[in-house]
Amino acid sequence: MARTERAFRTDAIILKRRDFNEADRLLTVFTPKHGKIDVIAKGARKPTSTKAGHVELFTRVDMLIHRGRDFGILSQAEMVEPFLALRDDLQRGAYASYAAELVDRFTGSEDEDQRHLYNLLDSTLQRLCEEDDLRLVIRYFEIHLLGLAGFQPELNECVIGREPVMPEDQYFSYVEGGVICVRHAVRTGQLIDLPMVTLKLLRHMQRSPFSKVRSLKVASNLHEDAERILLGYITFLLERRLESVDFIRRLRQET
Amino acid sequence: MSKAIPEPVTRLIEAFSRLPGVGPKTASRLTYFLLRAPDQLTNELADALRELKANTRFCSVCHNITVEDPCGICADPERDHRVICVVEEPLDVLAIERTGSYGGVYHVLHGAISPVNGIGPDNLKIRELVARVEAGDVDEVIVATNPGLEGDATAMYIQRQLASRDVKLTRLARGLPVGSDIEYADSVTLMRALQGRSAL
Repeated sequence: MARTERAFRTDAIILKRRDFNEADRLLTVFTPKHGKIDVIAKGARKPTSTKAGHVELFTRVDMLIHRGRDFGILSQAEMVEPFLALRDDLQRGAYASYAAELVDRFTGSEDEDQRHLYNLLDSTLQRLCEEDDLRLVIRYFEIHLLGLAGFQPELNECVIGREPVMPEDQYFSYVEGGVICVRHAVRTGQLIDLPMVTLKLLRHMQRSPFSKVRSLKVASNLHEDAERILLGYITFLLERRLESVDFIRRLRQET
Repeated sequence: MSKAIPEPVTRLIEAFSRLPGVGPKTASRLTYFLLRAPDQLTNELADALRELKANTRFCSVCHNITVEDPCGICADPERDHRVICVVEEPLDVLAIERTGSYGGVYHVLHGAISPVNGIGPDNLKIRELVARVEAGDVDEVIVATNPGLEGDATAMYIQRQLASRDVKLTRLARGLPVGSDIEYADSVTLMRALQGRSAL
């Protein structure tokens, strides 16, 4: 697609939105062919706006966007997929916030083809509406997001010695971005434990389609361990805390 | 900013630029307008700004912005204190007051739950709402948060917190705004409008 065209039509998932000017909204949307874009929805806060209901967070929208100087201008919008369950269930909505926050943090605003990440986000939002084990959905999302963003954790060979790692208790290094075997662990600092069961779960998620992963029955402590490793790695890469995590934890505690 | 502009002028331009919806151009325009404006205008503006913070506070009951504590609405014996309308912002109180058809009192949350922006329940006046319901004769809590993901999440969170209390919980109805067009309505709004249809 030529970069100079003035308007383009695209599917988009709304990641963020904030109020702008008198009655506008500034949306951060994620698109398959143009990556992440900031788009202004003019007048979207007026009750009679024809766009108002079509620019809700975490919905998939068919958009006509004109290129502006700083932002895109949203000319037409029609909601295609409302992902209703995210609105009716606090927990599902909170996980959707987390997924959107990760996509926002791991992408820049270059105009580039992001269809793989887009499809991953789209199917993750769909799964967050339907699946029972939301943590499994989110861990699967994290591990594939890391791969697409260029931070695929190396789980099959030791990142120092490059020999295949055996399915046994190992270590994980955030700095090296992968598994370090027991033999090489002595020479490196800042390692965290990676028990065999967790390693197996992560490997399975990394190489299998979700249809094979969804039937897994994952015990709560294994979930916690996988979360510790992946969230730890993500926080290390982003060098910042993720805002939605606290709310998810809090909801989990209260239920 | 260029050295050709004196320091007090740059300071005001930068101060204006921090306001919502004001860009660098608007900020400069406002500043140069004030430079040429009569002293009376600038003095009035400066006084108003200073008093804005000095003479206002939050109502200890409903957390709306007020001069007196408790605020005019909370202190009014004519109003129905057993019905509390929960809103996100002080401006929402004004909007509901303009309808002239609500006789209860309010509770201002000062925002909505928004995990992406790091706003959780503790940043809002939700605990105060629960305490208010526990403390007194409250028959009904009307949740009037904005009809969007954040407003919905806030409403659901309040529902959880008040579930065990003996109080009627309601949410503002959702549907098509006056002057709108069904053709342009989104599917969620239309669906809720169908669900909440009323007899002619």
